[in-house]
Amino acid sequence: MRLIRALFPHPTLSLLLTAVWVAMANTFTINSLVLGAMLGVAIPIFTRAYWPDRPRLRSPLRVAEYAAVVLWDIVMANIAVARLVLFRRNADLRPAWIAVPLDLRHPEAITALAGTITMTPGTVSCDVSSEGRALLVHCLHAPDPDAVRDEIKQRYERRLMEIFE
Amino acid sequence: MSQAAEILIAASLAVGGVFGLVGSYGLIKLPNLVMRLHAPTKATTLGVGGVLIASMLHSWFALGRFSVHELLITMFLFLTAPVTAHFIAKAHIHRRLSARDLPAPQVDRGWATLERPEDGSPDGDPGEKAEGAQPGGGN
Repeated sequence: MRLIRALFPHPTLSLLLTAVWVAMANTFTINSLVLGAMLGVAIPIFTRAYWPDRPRLRSPLRVAEYAAVVLWDIVMANIAVARLVLFRRNADLRPAWIAVPLDLRHPEAITALAGTITMTPGTVSCDVSSEGRALLVHCLHAPDPDAVRDEIKQRYERRLMEIFE
Repeated sequence: MSQAAEILIAASLAVGGVFGLVGSYGLIKLPNLVMRLHAPTKATTLGVGGVLIASMLHSWFALGRFSVHELLITMFLFLTAPVTAHFIAKAHIHRRLSARDLPAPQVDRGWATLERPEDGSPDGDPGEKAEGAQPGGGN
């Protein structure tokens, strides 16, 4: 058992690396699978020092749900922001800085949240507070900044809490 | 390749192109750096997304094989785009903005980019100096 843990310190990363390598080859052959598996074993062993206490992913189903929600939001928010850019004069835009207090503690989870905020158009995460307990977010058009903050916490952070901790 | 497939591919290309155009237009139109930062995040999501969907459909219907390179490109874009946006924003905050321009984080001392060692971080120099000065003052 300890030998298995020593060989595969991060099984999810091993699987992911193998899958990415096979996808890069773009055809499924035994050759690419074997080479991908070798990378999938070697890279986690060499990089294990860089993720000292990584959080556990609770359930893959929740990750899939989160990805679906984020993809849907990206499409919707793209349309909304495109309309803002095309049909609204700059003088009518209400850009705002928002401080979002965080309940997430794992650096990996906060990174995921910051990336999500940036990828959903209309909001860009710009900075983190000195102890990592708040995110600084810039909104392109937010007449009601508190509503944006609550939506980020409700929609994304709550789901990430369920995934990571 | 059937007529329907061609229409579908052309439509995805058009959607991608329109959003790429809007993203670029936003880059010209919007008045300052942080607002302009919103434009490239759009171009990389739906703009590139539309072209990638068209590319997947094309290799499926016209070349008759399933291509997953597009999914990889999407994944790599989603991993890298927020990082570049984050770095540009941090450089902007560092060079052009001060704590007065930003809302207070409320829970911590301040925003990480604006923090300087002399601002009284617990393990910074000023604290050590103050502790070192006290016994000297007592004597």
